[in-house]
Amino acid sequence: MNWELIFSSSLSQAFGAGVVVYALAAIGLNVQFGYTGLLNFGQAAFSAMGGYGLALGVVTLGLPFWPSVLLGLVAAVVLALLLGVSTLRLRADYLAIATVAAAEVIRRVFRSVSLSEVTGGAEGLRGFSDTFREYGWALGAFLDRIGIDSPLQRGGALDVGPFFYTGTELWTMIVGWSIVAACLVLVWLAMRSPWGRVLKAIREDEDAARSLGKNAFSYKIQSLVLGGVIGALAGFLLAVRQGNVAPDNFHTQFTFYLYAVLILGGVARIFGPVVGAILFWFLFNFLTNLLAELSRSGVLPAGVLDSTQVGSIVFVLLGVGIILILIFRPEGIFGDRREISLNVR
Amino acid sequence: MSADHTPGTAAPSRMEEARRALSGLAPEPGVPKPDPILVIDNVVRRFGGLTAVNVAHLEIQRGSITAVIGPNGAGKTTLFNVLTGFDTADAGTWTYNGHRLDGLRAHHVARMGMVRTFQLTKALSRLRVIENMRLGAPRQVGENFLMGLIPALWRKQEEEITERADALLARFRLDRMRDEFAGELSGGQRKLLEMARALMAEPQLLMLDEPTAGVNPALKQSLLGHIRQLREDGLTVVFVEHDMDVVHDISDWVVVMGEGAVVAEGTPEEVMANPRVIDAYLGAHHDSALPAAGDGAASGNGTASQGEGSER
Repeated sequence: MNWELIFSSSLSQAFGAGVVVYALAAIGLNVQFGYTGLLNFGQAAFSAMGGYGLALGVVTLGLPFWPSVLLGLVAAVVLALLLGVSTLRLRADYLAIATVAAAEVIRRVFRSVSLSEVTGGAEGLRGFSDTFREYGWALGAFLDRIGIDSPLQRGGALDVGPFFYTGTELWTMIVGWSIVAACLVLVWLAMRSPWGRVLKAIREDEDAARSLGKNAFSYKIQSLVLGGVIGALAGFLLAVRQGNVAPDNFHTQFTFYLYAVLILGGVARIFGPVVGAILFWFLFNFLTNLLAELSRSGVLPAGVLDSTQVGSIVFVLLGVGIILILIFRPEGIFGDRREISLNVR
Repeated sequence: MSADHTPGTAAPSRMEEARRALSGLAPEPGVPKPDPILVIDNVVRRFGGLTAVNVAHLEIQRGSITAVIGPNGAGKTTLFNVLTGFDTADAGTWTYNGHRLDGLRAHHVARMGMVRTFQLTKALSRLRVIENMRLGAPRQVGENFLMGLIPALWRKQEEEITERADALLARFRLDRMRDEFAGELSGGQRKLLEMARALMAEPQLLMLDEPTAGVNPALKQSLLGHIRQLREDGLTVVFVEHDMDVVHDISDWVVVMGEGAVVAEGTPEEVMANPRVIDAYLGAHHDSALPAAGDGAASGNGTASQGEGSER
């Protein structure tokens, strides 16, 4: 049993660029679901807009890097408007149905064989993240020049304590955590403003907000757009981290992970999504590594658990964990028990 | 509005003014008022085959307290919903302060100064009481997303709003609950909060849907006192009510609805003496305080059971 490796690898990943993707997408979902009460079950689709926007822009359309990023963000806004305008005048559950369906439609369109010339089909697209990495190496070179030896170069790596990151990963983390910080500040500023107060009022009772002269429809659209754009940033980071995008990165379960993250961290709390994502990703990797190691080293005989079953068992355990949280700590890590147990009428 | 009103010294109270203006009007449906704030014409709302509201003509006197009464299913709440933009009329027009309101959406109606409350109280449970109040204030700069991001732009207005909110909370005896979640208030306190919050929206016409339903007798008296005070502040109040003592107690004018239409209008005394009203409404649930109890109850029971039968 290599405990050190299990912990080291789980801890490294808990702060790595993979977490940034979940944290960002969950921050967006927190705006929509946590603060406004919008049941968006298609956050994966907004992230797909970011990832594929960049990939399609660079690879298929031959655009430069920044216009492609912009393309992804615009696509997310358009998707939010399409979904919002068509369903937000209806009851809350219609948005849930429309978003989950739209997310699947979008994933399958990207996946379709007949479009594989454009989207790369199930394989997806690659070869769009060079510019992004160049920026990292440029920063590394600059740091070198002023006498700081950084791992920000081809083949470089950071190895401190239990943490180990490659140069590419580190650069993605720097950008990613900066975007997370910026989004947290944005959401914090927005939610303490009268604008955020209207969102929360709509979450509690839309008709009450309307009776006080607030245009609930407009605010719900704004919330969907803001959350969607933050979701697109997540997709963009996912794409540059992996160096490719594939349709199945944006599977419906991506969205459900985000709900798990919110439940863990606490809904409608500024830091809920970030801490939830770190914890979720740590537990996910820790359990995977632990069970794989237990199975490999023969502590658990193959009859009880063989290595191919580890993936599924991890999800079973996480599912049980989330149920236990909902029962014993429904407010999550950051929530207020008193607030959550109020009878919402 | 309420600020520039100096409570009556030599001037007659607003109640006396309202009652004088309404005295001598013919107690019949659709009678014109001397100074109407709201004029309703041929408003129809159908749900499938059922005509829920069918009001030919109705005027609401400015500065008065008008009660809307009628049996369950008479269309009182539906009329409120239609007038305030929460429901869409199939036909009809209505003007408020001379502005056509038909076709406007609910938030536009509210912004024009016609603000409603709901039969089932809508406290914003997971917002603090003070936040509930602040929400009500109109024309908030910080409610724009970009402006909201810069506190310097809205902080001063927020302070003014908070000041006004605190004054109203004190007036409604909710100041002790200021920083609690609205969901922790009792049913009666929620009713008070909803009314106070509606006042934050600076209404000229306040439409209260059963403001005293489910409120204990002591709190009910204080609620009624607040409604009277609103009239003294120059507001017009229209409210739906089932308790005839309350209606008799505070209203200057009573509108009786039955099966979607206005079946009678008049001062409380006139309405309660009107055989058609006793027949259509009072008879069924009528208590001994009212005249002609025996006859009314007998015929009223007949119509009530008929009405229930047709609803099924």
